[in-house]
Amino acid sequence: MSNRAFAPVALAVALALAAASQLVTNEYFFTAGYTVLLFVILATAWNILGGYTGYVNFGSAAFFAIGAYTTVALYNAFKAPLPVTIVAGTAVAGLAGLGLGYLTLRLRGVFFAIASLALAVVLYVFVVNWDFVGGARGAYILQPREVPFGMPRYIHLIYSVQLLMVALALVVARAIEHSTLGRGLAAIRDDELAAECSGVPTLRLKIFSAMASCALMGMAGTTFPYYLSYIEPSSAFSLSYAVNSIAMPLIGGMMSWIGPLIGAVLLGTVQQLVQVTVSSAWNLLIVGVLLVLFVTLAPNGIMGWVEAWRRRRER
Amino acid sequence: MAEALLEVRGVTKRFGGFTALESVDFTVRPGERVGLIGPNGSGKSTLVNCIAGTLRNEEGSIRFEGQDIGRHPAHKRIRLGLARSFQIPKPFASMTVLDNLCVPLLYAARKHERLPRSRVVEEATHILKQVGLADRAQAMSGGLTQVDMRKLELARAMAAKPKLLISDEAMAGLSASEVDDILALLFGLKEQGVAVIMIEHVMRAVMKFSERIAVLVAGRKIADGDPQAVAGNAEVVKAYLGE
Repeated sequence: MSNRAFAPVALAVALALAAASQLVTNEYFFTAGYTVLLFVILATAWNILGGYTGYVNFGSAAFFAIGAYTTVALYNAFKAPLPVTIVAGTAVAGLAGLGLGYLTLRLRGVFFAIASLALAVVLYVFVVNWDFVGGARGAYILQPREVPFGMPRYIHLIYSVQLLMVALALVVARAIEHSTLGRGLAAIRDDELAAECSGVPTLRLKIFSAMASCALMGMAGTTFPYYLSYIEPSSAFSLSYAVNSIAMPLIGGMMSWIGPLIGAVLLGTVQQLVQVTVSSAWNLLIVGVLLVLFVTLAPNGIMGWVEAWRRRRER
Repeated sequence: MAEALLEVRGVTKRFGGFTALESVDFTVRPGERVGLIGPNGSGKSTLVNCIAGTLRNEEGSIRFEGQDIGRHPAHKRIRLGLARSFQIPKPFASMTVLDNLCVPLLYAARKHERLPRSRVVEEATHILKQVGLADRAQAMSGGLTQVDMRKLELARAMAAKPKLLISDEAMAGLSASEVDDILALLFGLKEQGVAVIMIEHVMRAVMKFSERIAVLVAGRKIADGDPQAVAGNAEVVKAYLGE
């Protein structure tokens, strides 16, 4: 399917799912659904830099938090409406991604990963000490009483917006993958020097990739304060975002846009089930065990495994 | 003498206190076949890296078709038509052999050849036929044999549609018949008007291929001229065999 054809299909699916969700009255559905969709966006976004370009970003939580705290800052400043905060949060996170992109100039492999983690810590400390957005105490964001489009409750709106964001993230990731740009990024991932010597403007592509990746993570964060009505730094910067946004593409497969989607739906759902049936403390343990299993048994993820199987069958 | 395609003047490169290249002059005319030889550590690869843009020389100038390219990043130089192959093959391992060639075709050849996007795959297939890798087109490049990987390395440089191709030890460790395969390939480029700098330790190949040979020893160029004359040069013999 061409990129141009995929966009309307993704949009239509998102709208259909959003329409169907209007009939759901069970509160828990939205709690679980929102989290899984959030992970789909984060995993898809992470994969643009991590999977396509080969730069492992451990700071996903920071870019997510940038989106969330842009919402808080704009809400506190002039009660900015949701659409404004979404655009602004995406833009601010994208700009922060520019900084991350420049880090790739000198840092590779594990050094880049450490630097991205350090970036997250710096931002965390900054937010903790920034009183205007609540500092360590956190901040309250009141959901508007009026719900637009005649939706039953505000969570229906947040969930629908989240579905549209998932569609957008998938469209962007797929468009990048199936383009000359995607081929350039893959060349950088495989061998940066050889890519540069094949005419690929490596720095420009890496910066673009980092900006796109971080902007989408920021976008995912913008609705977060509305979802909980309350936000505080340690939940916004939670390690679980950083770990999950790496683990999900790894388990699903990092070579294509569909891998992070599968990984996030699978792992996200399993975590939600465990949270309800066993305990929330088990979540990261489950992720860890699954990661170890996949890294040893199917290092290229579910999609890689499917691909290998298909190749074997053709032969 | 025709105007030089590549003109290296007084290039000096230091790594800390070590001078890897000292005021090296080196020219290549359009379509010329030049051999670049010298003992290990004499600075051949450093010179190639300075010309291709993966290292920056501290002093001296590098001009390509009269244009000063000394400050250009590597990707700009290849877009002007200055391609190289790597001594240790660097395939894009997650891609098929065919896709490996599409990268320079899309990013370099399209810039100066005005190659339409629709013809990229056709062109890549054509180059693979030339180098004898056509039947491996859909294989993953990471799984190729050493010889095939060397061929892919050259093919990828060719796919950039260069005016000058630098082949950095494409034949090291290959058997006699494999060396002949690669030689034939490089001779084929001459027919297309591509100038070639061949860096090689396989003397049989260099002598057969080159119209002119330059010799680097300890970062200095000690000889440059007709292959027979250079091979008989007392200083060159001394550098290779000792006194």
